[in-house]
Amino acid sequence: MEKQAAISAEIATIEAADAGTGTAQPRLDYPPYRSTLLRHPTKDPHHADPETIERWAPCFGHQDVGELEADLTVQHAGVPIGERMVVTGRVTDGDGRPVAHQLVEIWQANASGRYLHKRDQHPAPLDPNFTGVGRCLTDADGTYRFVTVKPGPYPWRNHLNAWRPAHIHFSVFGTAFTQRLITQMYFPGDPLFALDPIYQSITDPRARERLVAAYDHDVTSPEWSTGYRWDIVLTGSHQTPLEQP
Amino acid sequence: MTTPGQTVGPFFHYALPYPRGAELVPPGSPGAIRLHGHVVDGNGDPVPDALLELWQADPDGRVVRAGGSLRRDGWTFTGWGRAATDAAGHYSFATLPPGPTEPGRAPFFALTVFARGLTDRLCTRAYLPGDPAALAADPLLSGLPAERRATLIATPDDRGLVFDVRLQGARETVFLSFPGRR
Ligand SMILES: [Fe+2]
Repeated sequence: MEKQAAISAEIATIEAADAGTGTAQPRLDYPPYRSTLLRHPTKDPHHADPETIERWAPCFGHQDVGELEADLTVQHAGVPIGERMVVTGRVTDGDGRPVAHQLVEIWQANASGRYLHKRDQHPAPLDPNFTGVGRCLTDADGTYRFVTVKPGPYPWRNHLNAWRPAHIHFSVFGTAFTQRLITQMYFPGDPLFALDPIYQSITDPRARERLVAAYDHDVTSPEWSTGYRWDIVLTGSHQTPLEQP
Repeated sequence: MTTPGQTVGPFFHYALPYPRGAELVPPGSPGAIRLHGHVVDGNGDPVPDALLELWQADPDGRVVRAGGSLRRDGWTFTGWGRAATDAAGHYSFATLPPGPTEPGRAPFFALTVFARGLTDRLCTRAYLPGDPAALAADPLLSGLPAERRATLIATPDDRGLVFDVRLQGARETVFLSFPGRR
């Protein structure tokens, strides 16, 4: 396997080539992330004007999501190990309108950097009190809120001594099919950012910084938990306000 | 500024798939069809860690506004489902055929594809093969060369429709970009 220095050199070369032309989205063709090699489409995406079904998104309601699913620290008999924290923010569309009453899903490693997934072979301890999966619906203002513990960084086998910065996976729906987003939220100042080909696959530095949450002392609560704020901005909705399905 | 996407990664199986997620209707129920296929990489090898989401109109062409996809009651057609590929790269949905959302239009399933090694989600359409006139008149399909057009049209089999997703290669599936977003 290549060493980090070789991967870092590839990252730097691509970022220099993309300077000033970087887009808001990751490059699909991004060789430093080795698993992309055979999985990235080679042809440019075909431009489509969204049709009726693509201008709408599925509905989710309270029958889909239980109240306790937003608190990842109360899903077992005991309290999970780690830094208890609240992660909250707003989901809005490209025009600044809230995405109300819509599904947000998260999954993450535990405080040791281990997923409760059969393919995760990282020799770090599982936590019997932590699954690492949460769901909630945004409120009328587009706000979501989860209680969890801070995930740890973890190794992966992209290259020798490859480590992912700590992150929470987010799955978000908009009001249109076209807005569907799965992404990852990171924590401020992570020393692994520069080394990570997944984070760096977004070659515009300002765009990838959109994935970093902000510590927010107003979300932190006394004697209980730290707090982070992370807002999610989707693209425009392609819907006119009065359109009916 | 838009929030960028990131790969779904390898560890989504314990989080995103859920019981009956791929069963928009109970398999074998009256009118049910199977929409299934394989996801393959540039070598033609199966992609065993992909996730597909299906979003569609109902058989009358209506956009469904009913919740309940995550906890199906067995009676409500929600128009949405989620299926992970298995070790052979195979996915399968039980659903109903969508109708045209406007008279004369070619009905299709809207599909979203996620996978480890895919840095962002991909969108595509699986058109129903039944109405050649509507397919010929479709604005998206008619803008594509014939061999590329064929990648977007499902083919019938004994229980429904087959739609393969080829991430690379000579018969690479046509993936879509929408205004403002790949
Ligand atoms: Fe992860």
